[in-house]
Amino acid sequence: MGYDLKMKVWRGDATGGDLVDYTVPVEEGEVVLDALHRIQATQSGDLAVRWNCKAGKCGSCSTEINGKPRLACMTRLSTFEEGETVTVTPLRTFPVVRDLVTDVSYNYKVAETVPAFAPEPRPADGQYRMQQVDVERGQEFRKCIECFLCQNVCHVIRDHEENKQSFSGPRFFLRYAELEMHPLDTNDRRALAREQAGIGMCNITKCCTEVCPEGIHITDNAIIPMKERVVDRSFDPVTWLGRKIFRRDQLEEAQVPQTGAE
Amino acid sequence: MAAPTGIKSPTRARIAARTLRTDRWWLYPTFTALVLVAFVAYATYRAFSGQHYFAEPYLTPFYSPCVTTECVDGSRHLGTWVGDWWPFSPAVLILVIPLSLRLTCYYYRKAYYRSFWMSPPACSVAEPHRRYTGETRFPLILQNVHRYALYIALAYNVLLTYDAVMAFKSPEGEWGHMGLGTLILVVNAALLGLYSLSCHSCRHIIGGRLRNFSKHPVRYRLWGGVSVLNGRHAQLAWASLVWVAFTDFYIWMVASGTWSDPRFF
Repeated sequence: MGYDLKMKVWRGDATGGDLVDYTVPVEEGEVVLDALHRIQATQSGDLAVRWNCKAGKCGSCSTEINGKPRLACMTRLSTFEEGETVTVTPLRTFPVVRDLVTDVSYNYKVAETVPAFAPEPRPADGQYRMQQVDVERGQEFRKCIECFLCQNVCHVIRDHEENKQSFSGPRFFLRYAELEMHPLDTNDRRALAREQAGIGMCNITKCCTEVCPEGIHITDNAIIPMKERVVDRSFDPVTWLGRKIFRRDQLEEAQVPQTGAE
Repeated sequence: MAAPTGIKSPTRARIAARTLRTDRWWLYPTFTALVLVAFVAYATYRAFSGQHYFAEPYLTPFYSPCVTTECVDGSRHLGTWVGDWWPFSPAVLILVIPLSLRLTCYYYRKAYYRSFWMSPPACSVAEPHRRYTGETRFPLILQNVHRYALYIALAYNVLLTYDAVMAFKSPEGEWGHMGLGTLILVVNAALLGLYSLSCHSCRHIIGGRLRNFSKHPVRYRLWGGVSVLNGRHAQLAWASLVWVAFTDFYIWMVASGTWSDPRFF
């Protein structure tokens, strides 16, 4: 059964803007993105909103809905009371382009600095082999749709613009962890995780995990395991001694790729 | 005046509100702060009180192991390690161990960074600090010693299990008896043991640090078990905290004669 939804949508650009009131008719089963599209179609044709798949898989429609970072296409209107005003703003960690669209290029620049997968040489028959348990471990990390909600909510950069120079953010700790746990990878990225990606800046407050629309346990399965690996390398004298005595961990230390890195 | 940063940075959408959240986001940090302050106040009082910590056969976990000359007769299960020179109550020596584990625990870090340091108070609620360096500098870089706190705590858990076993004695020292206090001490040892085993560092050491699970099937299985516990780490952290305080309170009441311990057999 339809009803009139009260909304506040942030309209503006980098020079300024404000929350604008709308009342829009909505139907049962619709999501916030439907309401935004109806505003665009019937009231404000110039409303800028980024979207693509409307199925929670492209990561384009990341916004903040009632102050919480969420995908507009996966936020059902039934989660709000009928009389409740739904406030939609752009992501508050990245530069605003216009209305609900932000410039997320910070993330792509960070992505360029993560050393790529470096597999060992192929065996004689030319086939890489991995056991199922090793394959399964990385599957969770590959669910990431790069919506950057975790990056947006992370207070290290959300509340401190200057930290963008020295902190990669949860999405990229996920990438570091995926590569560090890959049995065919030959690089050691622990020094980079500490020195370049700034994993020590993370104080484990778990907001990235709370907002992940894919339900990835970013903190427990990626960030903390990476922090523990950094401890192995840099802070634990026993593991350091063990490595020296038993000549373990003879992996090559990864370097920041030259192309594209700033 | 310094340039605005964070959500007030000039390139970001200009929204004055610190947060637009409409839910009760302040509930978690407030509740957490209240419980932790209450626990610290209670534990500090009990640790420095130096009395009513032993009621044969029960020794409160706050004073276990009791190893100073000041300990009352019968409570020195492991003998006397510390002489008269120790100026404080025996508990002060011991409580450093669980305190260091909980202070550096990945779950409690979240809890107290949010509740006390407001860094951040809740997700997408702006923190009040102008600068932030996380755990990269002294003193917070010391959080990296967590695994050493775990090693010591695991040994401490063995002692608490020993105390729980000793609680199967009667007040006269005969084996094969049990009272309500025995049950409380057994649950206490179990909860503290599970809390320690569910720790993220434990999960890493057991098997998480491996690149190849398939080459280490035993460690992989153990990692799977610890991972199940790790999923309940926060609940175990709270349950063990509350229960250890309750255990101490129960033994305090029995030792002071406020109530008597019901004996089952």
